[in-house]
Parts: sequence; structure tokens; C-alpha cells
Amino acid sequence: MNARADQPSAPSPANVGIVIVSHSPLVAKGAADMVRQMVGDCVPLAWTGGNVEGGLGTHVAGIAAAIEAAWSEAGVAIFVDLGGAETNSEMAVERLGPARAARVAICNAPLVEGAVVAAAEASGGSSLAKVVATAEELSP
Amino acid sequence: MHLAAADLSALIALCRAEIDRHGEHLGALDSAIGDGDHGANMRRGLEAVFAERDAIAALPLPAALERIGLVLVMNIGGAAGPLYGTLLMELGRALPDGDEADDLAAPLERAIAAVARRGRSGPGDKTLLDVLYPVQAELVRRSPPGDIAACARSAAHSTGPMQARRGRASFLGARSIGHEDPGASSCALLTAAICGYFEEHRPS
Ligand SMILES: [Mg+2]
Repeated sequence: MNARADQPSAPSPANVGIVIVSHSPLVAKGAADMVRQMVGDCVPLAWTGGNVEGGLGTHVAGIAAAIEAAWSEAGVAIFVDLGGAETNSEMAVERLGPARAARVAICNAPLVEGAVVAAAEASGGSSLAKVVATAEELSP
Repeated sequence: MHLAAADLSALIALCRAEIDRHGEHLGALDSAIGDGDHGANMRRGLEAVFAERDAIAALPLPAALERIGLVLVMNIGGAAGPLYGTLLMELGRALPDGDEADDLAAPLERAIAAVARRGRSGPGDKTLLDVLYPVQAELVRRSPPGDIAACARSAAHSTGPMQARRGRASFLGARSIGHEDPGASSCALLTAAICGYFEEHRPS
């Protein structure tokens, strides 16, 4: 399993967190590196990629761990690549229970560009709704 | 019908063996129109359920089905994990308390609707739903297990000419036509295995 909290130092807990979910751990980590380069460590950030055995895929436990790692009271925005990443993310979010699930959004946006743009928006202290809207403006 | 712990444990073992036997075939079907991992994913899921079968079989049927669903979600991964997981979890939630399941058709209808919502899919999208809908219709007609199994097999077969509208296979557009859907195929295998058990051991 590959799930990493990518937090060199304590980020501002007021900012929306970002979670990156890819079928490939390399893609997920690479996208997280790009987010980190953009916003430093002022946004909670975590990535997960690969199936339970470390092969290409996604899995609910890895996504759940990434959500916990990037948790912010302001909410968490999740970026996914292909279909299974989205449905597995939905399962992970539902398992948080209604109160916390309401503070998590799975964004309909490209994985890399979406996460970078969202993190930039989040680093300014924007609400989850604003972070999601900014990222989803990228979608065709 | 009454489902004893021994029945549930035997059904789990049967499903696991069936998926194991056809794992390569499911992988090959998925390679044709997807990423080729369906056989390995299903094997992993069924192995995980099999490893827990004693604890699962000791639970009342609704809780047992919910638990199986959760284990499948956590272990199958891919797109199939949430779909099979939702099916079993919702079936467990839709059943009345206790081990009596006189009317499986209505709870299954609810569970299938939940799978359709989860996958944002419907009939004809070339998914396991194309097996689940006709199987549920057979249950409504109270068809014998052998007929339900035959229906499941032919329903899976009928996904061949369909064009995928969901999942990675949809990226292929018309090129997805001519290949049986791997999810429909595994669903038919499992349905037929379960029906085979009930043909041999008619539950009281
Ligand atoms: Mg696959």
C-alpha cells in the first residue's frame, strides 16, 4: 500500500487539505511534489496510489488513510484519475460518516492541474466550496 | 428460506473456488477492454472473504452479507470493489433481521439500485448490472436455481455486442463491442455457483 502524508512541518490547520488519488503511486507522488513546490507546506497534503498489493490500482483503505493525513477542519478536496479512483474515493468518504463526509469533496477536475490550482486557492485560506469551484473551472 | 452458518461458509468456499478457477479468463476479458486486473482483483477479494468465513458465517445473515461487502470493498479495489461491495452491503441492509430470507427479490432490487447509483450506470451499459437485472427478474418469477444460472450466463454473454458506456472500456468506444464484459462475466460465474449450491442443497 502506498499512502503518504506529505507534510514536512505542521500546515495551517485553517486551510483546506488536498488529497491526490492515482492508480499509479508514481503519478500520485509526482503530482504531490508539484503541489508542494507551488504552495510549500501551508496546505495539508497527502497522496495515495496503487492497489493493496502495490500494483497499479486504487483501494479504499489507502484513500481513507490519505484523507486522515490531509484532514482539515476546513475540509478536504480529493483529486482522482480514472473511474476506480473515483468510486473507491466515494466509498472512503462515505465511511467517514455523514458529519465528516460533508466536509470532503471529490473534484471533477484534471488530477495534476486540478490539485495544483486547488492548492494555490487553498493556500489563501479559501473555503472548500471556493477551492472546488476553482479546480472544476479547469474541466472542459 | 433458511440459511445456516454451514451453508454460508460453503457458499463462500464455492465462490472463492469458482473465481480462482476462472481468474485467468476474467483477466483476459479485462485485458481486451480494460486494464486486465479483474481476475487478480476478484481473487484477492474472495480470498479475503474466505479467510474470514468462519467469523462471517457465525453472524446473522444481514450482518454477514454486510461484512462480506466491506471485505470485498477493502480488497478487490479497482472499479469492481465498490460495485460488488455496495451490492452485498446494501443486500445485507435490505434484508429483515434473522436468517430467514423468504423474499430475496425485493432486497436484491434495492441493492441493485444502489449499485447502479454507485456506478452511475443502467441497463445496457455493459456492466455487471446487465446480469443483475435479469437475475433479479428471475427471482421475482420464482424461477428454479438452474434457470436463474442459465439466465445469468446468457445475460453475461449478451454484454458482448454492447458498447461500454462506463469505466475504462468506454474509452475504447465502438472497439469495446465484441468482448464480454469481465464484471458481467464474474457476476454470472458467482450467480451460477450459488444457484448450483441451492440446486443440490435445497434449503428448508
Ligand atoms: Mg480492471
